[in-house]
Amino acid sequence: MPATNLVGLDLVGIGHRYRDKTVLHDVDLTVEPGEFVSFLGPSGVGKSTLLRIIAGLEQPTHGVVETTGGTSGGTMSRMMFQEDRLLPWRNVLDNVQLGTRHQRERALELLHDVGLSGREKDWPSELSGGQRQRVAVARALLHRPHVLLLDEPFGALDAITRVAMQQLLERVLAEQPRTVLLVTHDVEEALALSDRVLLLTEQGITRDLRIPHARPRHRGDAQLAAWKEELLDGLLQADTALSSH
Amino acid sequence: MSETQLAAPRPTRAEPTGEDRRRPRRAATRHRLQLSVLLPWVVPVLVILGWQWASSTGAISPSILPPPSKVLATAEQLWTAGELQRHLTVSLRRILIGFTLGASIGLVLGFVVGLSRIAEGLVDRTLQMLRALPHLALVPLLIAAFGIGELPKVVLVTLGVIFPVYLNTVAGIRTVDPKLVQLGESYGLGRGARIRDIIVPGAMPMILTGIRYALGVAWLTLVIAETIATSEGIGFLAQNGRDMLRNDRIVLAILLYAVAGLLADQITRLIEARVLRWNPHYQGGNR
Repeated sequence: MPATNLVGLDLVGIGHRYRDKTVLHDVDLTVEPGEFVSFLGPSGVGKSTLLRIIAGLEQPTHGVVETTGGTSGGTMSRMMFQEDRLLPWRNVLDNVQLGTRHQRERALELLHDVGLSGREKDWPSELSGGQRQRVAVARALLHRPHVLLLDEPFGALDAITRVAMQQLLERVLAEQPRTVLLVTHDVEEALALSDRVLLLTEQGITRDLRIPHARPRHRGDAQLAAWKEELLDGLLQADTALSSH
Repeated sequence: MSETQLAAPRPTRAEPTGEDRRRPRRAATRHRLQLSVLLPWVVPVLVILGWQWASSTGAISPSILPPPSKVLATAEQLWTAGELQRHLTVSLRRILIGFTLGASIGLVLGFVVGLSRIAEGLVDRTLQMLRALPHLALVPLLIAAFGIGELPKVVLVTLGVIFPVYLNTVAGIRTVDPKLVQLGESYGLGRGARIRDIIVPGAMPMILTGIRYALGVAWLTLVIAETIATSEGIGFLAQNGRDMLRNDRIVLAILLYAVAGLLADQITRLIEARVLRWNPHYQGGNR
């Protein structure tokens, strides 16, 4: 299957208010086609809102989201959430096929890719948390979205399963490259996976870090460790600033 | 070539697979199944045996509570005369028509109100007020309006069924996980598909609970409805038995109501076990 023409994003002056609370203020961001961008930041700063705006689930109060490059057709984006959000009354295969038609063969292939061959007829309640999240990965990929939006997708998993899921994602993306935006609280996860790590605070994007290292990355790398320290400091400061008023 | 294959390891399974957990259970299940089929019948059988024994020793006067053997003989006699079948058919027909009507109205109203805030504003308050009326208190009014034929009996059952079905349907729709509805939205499902694939199955456990409860109400209502001037049905059997001082017929009628109600409940349980087989709480069905 040829890779879809990669699509980039141009966010111009995005701002958002919930009633009397401003969560995003004048955010400008250009995402290159095929880039993997992670967002770190304190809770309540608007990371998830930004993702939902890009997904079209929410209209921003200010600003526009434009796509660059690629073709205009096809599915723009698909989102993965912290909860797997599988429909409990559909078996694994039917969950993957949600919202598609005539995609059975590819759904089976994707289930094979995420290591769930033979579990197609199982109910979600028969799977473990990690297995359910893998079904959600297959479901998101079946739509061949230009942009994959991941909202803390592995946040609820135990440490080992989380690393396994990160490796799975890395492998799937190597086979089917696409633009990815990841919201996470896990600095290490961001550093292991992304081309670019952004620190989103009340002041907007305060750090824009490009990581040139080839993947898979060695988690003990000295440079990555230094960046981890720096990003954690930045997160702590932003968190203190946010909770001080 | 072989090098690249070696270099790309397949994913390892971090979690125990379902197979590992399921297989060994099977052998033990069979014994437990036989036991679980027999166990519930122990107490009823003992009660009937005790009742028969108490009657035969004279501890229970047969003029108040006739022995099971007498009730059975009466049933046989009525069956041969073809009367039992006739009364049963009539009662079942009343339940079937009344319940189908009531459940349909309750479901339609429930879905309209559950899916539309405007419809809720329009009719929910009215329905809540109507619900406060005990429908059995309407008997005199229904007789005045519809006479003493089939109609008031069926209408009474219908009224009793509407509200439990309506309330549970609305509640079922309201409690569908909004995150799943949002998921449907973000995965390109239109409103119709969201209702069909997410809201209806999500509301189904509560809807079925409502239907099961409504079925109980339907039988209860029928018992009352059939004591109103009636010439057919299980209720007539009881009334007639009282007039002729035939307690065996009264007891038979009571037992028939009990068996019919039990059967109806079992049928809905089977439906539940089938429709909700995805839900671990309903697997096995017979709880």
